[in-house]
Amino acid sequence: MGINVEQPADAKQLLKHNIILTSIEKVLNWGRAHSLWPLTFGIACCAIEMMSTTNSRYDLSRFGSELFRPSPRQADLIIIPGSVNKKLQPLVERVYNQMADPKYVIAMGNCAISGGPYRDSYTVLPGVNTFLPVDVYIPGCPPRPEALIDGVLKLRERIMHPERAVKVSQDEQ
Amino acid sequence: MELLERLFVNIAGLARTLMAGWSLPNSIIELVVLILGIIAIIGLIIVDAIILVWLERKIAGFIQERPGPNRLGPAGVFQTIADTFKLLGKEDVIPRSADRWVFRLAPPLVFVPAIMLYAVIPFGKDMVPVDLNVGLFYCFSIASLGTMSFLMAGWGSHNKYSLLGGMRTVAQMISYEIPLLLSVLGVVMIVGSLNLSDIVAAQKNVWFIIIQPVAFIIYLIAATAELNRGPFDLPEGEQELVAGVYTEFSGMRWALFFLAEYTNMVATAAIAVTLFFGGWHGPWLPSWMWFFLKVYLIIFFFMVIKWTYPRIRVDHLMHFGWKFLIPLSLANLLLTGVGIEIYRFMRG
Ligand code: SF4
Repeated sequence: MGINVEQPADAKQLLKHNIILTSIEKVLNWGRAHSLWPLTFGIACCAIEMMSTTNSRYDLSRFGSELFRPSPRQADLIIIPGSVNKKLQPLVERVYNQMADPKYVIAMGNCAISGGPYRDSYTVLPGVNTFLPVDVYIPGCPPRPEALIDGVLKLRERIMHPERAVKVSQDEQ
Repeated sequence: MELLERLFVNIAGLARTLMAGWSLPNSIIELVVLILGIIAIIGLIIVDAIILVWLERKIAGFIQERPGPNRLGPAGVFQTIADTFKLLGKEDVIPRSADRWVFRLAPPLVFVPAIMLYAVIPFGKDMVPVDLNVGLFYCFSIASLGTMSFLMAGWGSHNKYSLLGGMRTVAQMISYEIPLLLSVLGVVMIVGSLNLSDIVAAQKNVWFIIIQPVAFIIYLIAATAELNRGPFDLPEGEQELVAGVYTEFSGMRWALFFLAEYTNMVATAAIAVTLFFGGWHGPWLPSWMWFFLKVYLIIFFFMVIKWTYPRIRVDHLMHFGWKFLIPLSLANLLLTGVGIEIYRFMRG
């Protein structure tokens, strides 16, 4: 425990020396936040809303996120739009593992958050956070495209200000 | 105007006189000027790619009746810069079963021939980096090297989709190289030279698009197929092949492929301008401005085509190439030959 007390001071010292590195991190975070390319990946009815988000009426491309990448290697964001059942879970996990870091997860719709209407079914998982680190939850059955755009913007805020996310979790404790 | 016209030539001249003042040997001066030229060309390529990616997304938006990227900077011009930073920070994934060296070498090897094309293009009056007397021949032999690296990318990834995509790319690029070359031969027959500067000089009075309209159309179609752009973007047809050859590449490796595509597109448009649109000839404006204006017009055309037409099927692609474009370009060659003979006969 004694060592642990010393460490924060050390870390602060290090931070002072590496101030250039932190500004590089800031620039990279700015890039990451403003060019979130989602994976072409749909599961259930929520996927229909996800598709219409990129169409002319809602146009996700205004925020630089219309480039849906077919290959997980080039995608930064996986949107889970629908209910994941036990048969599908290993595949979703594999696709997630194939993505290159840094990668983000959005749980779209009640099914992805908690199992939604199928929560009591013996085949459906109660939410994707049972096996994936979810960054943003978008409630709704299905959430409207505006809600998805809002979710992407929330994720952007979270990437730009990592310190805020930490603060919230500390407050909760 | 005169100053603008001679801007780049004067910069090179200034560098030469400056170094002559330091009494450096001639060979070193030439070397430094050459390196300066290379740096200028690479800068041009990168700036071009950043602008073109943004333009492509804007044009896609324009055609689909939506605004396109518009949050970062005026009309979203900084979008590509954000993308570049993100790609720089991505993890570099190399699959365990991949053929490491082939996999690593493929992206730079796609990019190198794309840059080498710029060596012989006359960007303006007296602005040819290297004035080769076999310029056109050099262009097409270098451009066909790119095929190899696509096969390397497909093979090295050790992924069935990559390999299929690589095979498709090779098949497509080899079949469309033939009509591409045959269409260009008409111009060569008229000028009687393979030197790109000579070809530009021959178009002082009349552009070759007027004498060789069929050749121009064949060139445009075959060039679109060579660039793997829509409607001929089968190698990355995501409905069938995930992302084709690009499937296993992440971060900057993938970005290099993309950079090479845009570099090739500018080079192809530049060759089209040199061969059919009078190169840098034009009134009032400085010659290099004319050149880039024409190049960007052709690129705009490429982009509109990509976002307007659906992808064509692979067997239709082959039929179209072998059974239609090649006979047509041969017929064009024959007509050109007859035309030249008649012209000579009339002049006596
Ligand atoms: S949340 Fe509703 S709309 Fe979305 S996948 Fe589940 S049932 Fe379908």
